Amino acid sequence: MIDTAPSLALVIAVGAFVIGGVYLMLERSLTRVLVGFILVGNGINLLFLISSGRAAKAPIIGNGTESEWSDPLPQAMVLTAIVITLGMVGFVLAMAYRSWQLHGHDEVQDDLEDRRIARLAAKNAPSVYDEDTDTADRTLLDDQARDVRDETADDGTGQGPGAGQKGDER
Amino acid sequence: MNAISLVPLPVVIPLLTAGLTLALWKVPKLQRLLAVTALIAMVVVGVLLVIGADRGALVMHVGGWQAPLGIALVADRLSALMLTVSAFVLLCVLLYSLGQDIADGTAEAPITIYYPTYLVLAAGVSNAFLAGDLFNLYVGFEILLVASYVLLTLGGTGERIRAGAIYVVVALASSIVFLAALAVTYAATGTVNLAQLAQRLGQIDPGVALAIQLLLLLAFGIKAAIFPLSAWLPDSYPTAPAPVTAVFAGLLTKVGVYAIMRTQTLLFPDGRLDTMLMILALLTMVLGILGAVAQSDIKRLLSFTLVSHIGYLLFGIALSSQLGVAGSVFYIVHHITVQTSLFLVVGLIERRGGTTNLDKLGGLAKASPGLAILFFIPALALAGIPPLSGFLGKLGLLQAGVAAGTPIAMVLVVGSVVTSLLTLYALVKAWNKAFWQAPTIELPTERVPRTMVVPTGLLLTFVVAITFAAGPLYDYAGRTAQELIHRDTYVASVLTGGA
Repeated sequence: MIDTAPSLALVIAVGAFVIGGVYLMLERSLTRVLVGFILVGNGINLLFLISSGRAAKAPIIGNGTESEWSDPLPQAMVLTAIVITLGMVGFVLAMAYRSWQLHGHDEVQDDLEDRRIARLAAKNAPSVYDEDTDTADRTLLDDQARDVRDETADDGTGQGPGAGQKGDER
Repeated sequence: MNAISLVPLPVVIPLLTAGLTLALWKVPKLQRLLAVTALIAMVVVGVLLVIGADRGALVMHVGGWQAPLGIALVADRLSALMLTVSAFVLLCVLLYSLGQDIADGTAEAPITIYYPTYLVLAAGVSNAFLAGDLFNLYVGFEILLVASYVLLTLGGTGERIRAGAIYVVVALASSIVFLAALAVTYAATGTVNLAQLAQRLGQIDPGVALAIQLLLLLAFGIKAAIFPLSAWLPDSYPTAPAPVTAVFAGLLTKVGVYAIMRTQTLLFPDGRLDTMLMILALLTMVLGILGAVAQSDIKRLLSFTLVSHIGYLLFGIALSSQLGVAGSVFYIVHHITVQTSLFLVVGLIERRGGTTNLDKLGGLAKASPGLAILFFIPALALAGIPPLSGFLGKLGLLQAGVAAGTPIAMVLVVGSVVTSLLTLYALVKAWNKAFWQAPTIELPTERVPRTMVVPTGLLLTFVVAITFAAGPLYDYAGRTAQELIHRDTYVASVLTGGA
């Protein structure tokens, strides 16, 4: 007698893979993002197995009757997805290595707009950090954002050095 | 030879040529010749498909397996039109980069992989347009994305790796969402064939259908750079080489828009999310263009206008009326060509002026009047000055919005006019600064190579030609919209017709 419902273990495994993967993908290091991507990818591959329904016999002629077979289509799709994921992993790994080679780290950087906002915030800081208001937390955040490794500082806006001075004065 | 056997050619030709050019990496001349020939062949096939598809959708069942079982390649009016326009744009950009190579003599990038990767990109775009089932669409997306990763990080300089990391991570996330959507769709309906999905999605639980719709919209929205999901674009595009940025700007986001257009009209015709889509369209338009106004780098400025004008396309789709979809179809053709030619012109400006920073650029109008004209025409077309194609496309969308008559549609009509004016403002700012202000740096004496100007001119001729051919093109767009809205013909031709 064949089980007719998708296995609960598979469902739990998908959840665990995706949760762990998403957590890792939120990291700044490209290698961790990659590991997270692999985890989520495998989780989604299991999701395809769930979508094929019950566990059953291999769909090969001669192996029981048609009604006893499992659905082969999701398995074909999973195979394609695995190949694609493998290719992506290879590429991202190469990119992380190149980034490490060039910069000595493999962090996914903030984009330019975020940096500009952080710099502007730091530039305007004195008006925000009035003596009467206690904004110790915010100083920390803005300064942190401004001080993140930044090889785009001389992008021609000329705001990098100015912002730095303001920060030093205070 | 019957028209149906032409259907797989736009995928097969570039893929085979990609293999050949990779094998011929030691003979760059032959590589270039093959690449150009392949893209010319794609344009020819595209035109034939447009003619063929106008008489009814061409359906090819790969390997002879009938539709719900096998893989179907479908060239209906929309696919054929998108294929032709993108093949033409790909050809112009390839000629441009060829011209750049010839002018530079040696290039810093590992040029041996440029042509194969570019052709793979072409194959991916074609495959996405022709896909008759969601999984094939996913494969098409992945092919073009992998090619785009390689093109974006070509040369592996620090700057490109930095921009590439953001782009790749965002694209990976969207692919994962798409894959999850596929699994859920298959679990809920037992098929991924678009025609069969169109029949079955109406029969399943509306909540599940809504979840599928949202997942698909999320995946395509990231690729199409719709507002809350667009932050990655202006940061990753400007770092790539000019031809690469041009082709990305023209085509990659449009494949996402195409996917939204296809799935919204075919799978979810009841328009439950139309209001949400309209709000997103409005936000994409207005916030995108405000970003553009704030930029001082012309490449970043153009990237923001690209995001902004995706809003127009979404507006037409969200109306889910025949007029709206027709407007979107016309606008997508206009926008692909105009945005690509603008990025190509900016490549020329960078060469002539030595920088793309608007605070440093200046005096180009005197130094290179020809360049001024090359920038002026697509800029006006993008801003929507009559009688150019941008005006006609926007007029169509505005008419469709007024015809819909709902309050939110009227807000969007106002929003698109405001966006249009702000686009004009942003571009006039760029125009004044780059061409008329006194130069702050000494201009390089080198003239812009003719081999790069000619392909740009070719694309511009096409932009102008859209204006002159607006009547027939709008008729075609109308017929396309009719075919999309009355989806029964699509379903019938995929599930029963074909060889």
